Amino acid sequence: MNSLVSKFSTTDAESEIRRAKGIAEEEDLSGAMWGSQAGFGQLVHGHAFNIPPVPDPTAFLRLHTDDHADPKCKIKIQHGTTTLAFRFQGGVIVAVDSRATAGSYIASGTVKKVIEINPYLLGTMAGGAADCQYWETYLGIQCRLHELRNRERISVAAASKYLSNLVYSYKGMGLSMGTMICGWDKTGPTIFYVDSDGSRLKGDLFSVGSGSTFAYGVLDQGYRWDLTDEEAQELGRRSIYAAGHRDAFSGNTCNLYHVKEDGWRFIGNYDITKMHYDGPGAVPGAPGGGYGYDVRTDNRFSVLSKPVSA
Amino acid sequence: MSIMEHNGGSVIAMAGKDCVAIASDLRLGAGAMTVALNFEKIFPVTDRIFMGLTGLATDITTLRERFRYLVNMFTIKESRPIEPSTFAHLVSSTLYSRRFGPYFTEPVLAGLERTASGGFKPYIAGTDLIGCLNYAEDFIVAGTASDKLFGVAESLWEPDLGPEDLFETISQTLLNAVDRDAYSGWGAIVYIITPEKVITRTLKGRMD
Repeated sequence: MNSLVSKFSTTDAESEIRRAKGIAEEEDLSGAMWGSQAGFGQLVHGHAFNIPPVPDPTAFLRLHTDDHADPKCKIKIQHGTTTLAFRFQGGVIVAVDSRATAGSYIASGTVKKVIEINPYLLGTMAGGAADCQYWETYLGIQCRLHELRNRERISVAAASKYLSNLVYSYKGMGLSMGTMICGWDKTGPTIFYVDSDGSRLKGDLFSVGSGSTFAYGVLDQGYRWDLTDEEAQELGRRSIYAAGHRDAFSGNTCNLYHVKEDGWRFIGNYDITKMHYDGPGAVPGAPGGGYGYDVRTDNRFSVLSKPVSA
Repeated sequence: MSIMEHNGGSVIAMAGKDCVAIASDLRLGAGAMTVALNFEKIFPVTDRIFMGLTGLATDITTLRERFRYLVNMFTIKESRPIEPSTFAHLVSSTLYSRRFGPYFTEPVLAGLERTASGGFKPYIAGTDLIGCLNYAEDFIVAGTASDKLFGVAESLWEPDLGPEDLFETISQTLLNAVDRDAYSGWGAIVYIITPEKVITRTLKGRMD
């Protein structure tokens, strides 16, 4: 089906290759790679990416980069993550963890998984970090162009559909992203879930990544439409804590954002271990005390003695 | 995913001056999911020997009981406690007896060996899952964070540390190594074995 679609499509990546085949191959290191075009010049000028020079690039890439099909494939993509976003009376809450893993190795604990597309739009990062970062920045450029052309801000629906159509044109070539496009437009607070398979779903509450099941557990339990701002922020934080605690591939810190009518606002960065032992600190909405089960039960659940600080 | 990584967990043993230390994390996982924060992997064998077992949790539990039986039989027949080096060979041959269907564990041993003059000498050793013995003068590591433990231990360990300095060294080594490993952590426990007494301390660690 996909090969059939791409065969007759004139906009997808493969048709770019078909077009390029007529022209002599050259390493594209033109001035458009740098400066004001910020590395996006090749796209603005209608060039495509370098693609493996084989008869069927899609099949080739699927073989070597898509680890759903083959877990032993050579090109690995970062997968562990917990991200969530939900809509409520007071806007949209976006909360993410900050861990990056390569196999069992924790490569970083300070990753920014919320991508600030523009002052009214946020994107979350799950799956391939580079794919999310690059395409959501690119989406930011297109959203700005939309503003200039139409003298009005792009809707979240339109922005997410732009991204969805774009990643669909690369379907099967190894792009990996599960993202939530969140923002406030004419219709109010909005969230769209977009992934590299081509899904695009509108909804009130999403969680994406290896820790999403743990986050959903807390989120579903505490979610109401008429949450206050403080309650909603606390729910986002508490859900990411739960995922960071139980999921080996999520953790380190939680980044929290709140989108309101006048755009998004960064609320804070919270250490997950600190939340376990002491709670998130003096923030509105927090119950006080640590979230940890062993902390709340004063270690009565365990045969071990009380821990000492090393 | 590898069966050795399914439950996660790591152990390290270090030799000091007339003392040894052995420490482990407390996580029990099922793949990426953490299911328990109080799974101990280090067990007393005699008053002066402790054994840490990493790898598959079911085999850790089974081997603990198996070695308890074997050591009890030894103690009864010989009317004396087993020495660390003897116990190490008992571990080795027990594991090799399952050469073609191994237990999925890598044991680490730490103890004080009686010398001819009546004193005690630090003894640490480890084996692979089919019983290849590996002695060391400095430290032995095992588990999902073993490569990270090697790195930190290599830079922190020094010879002839006293019990309290050894405790600090092994604690920092373990805590910092497991913070870079997705499958280990969620608290830690340390045992310091001296000729007079055994000191046990539970450590506060990262909970993610």
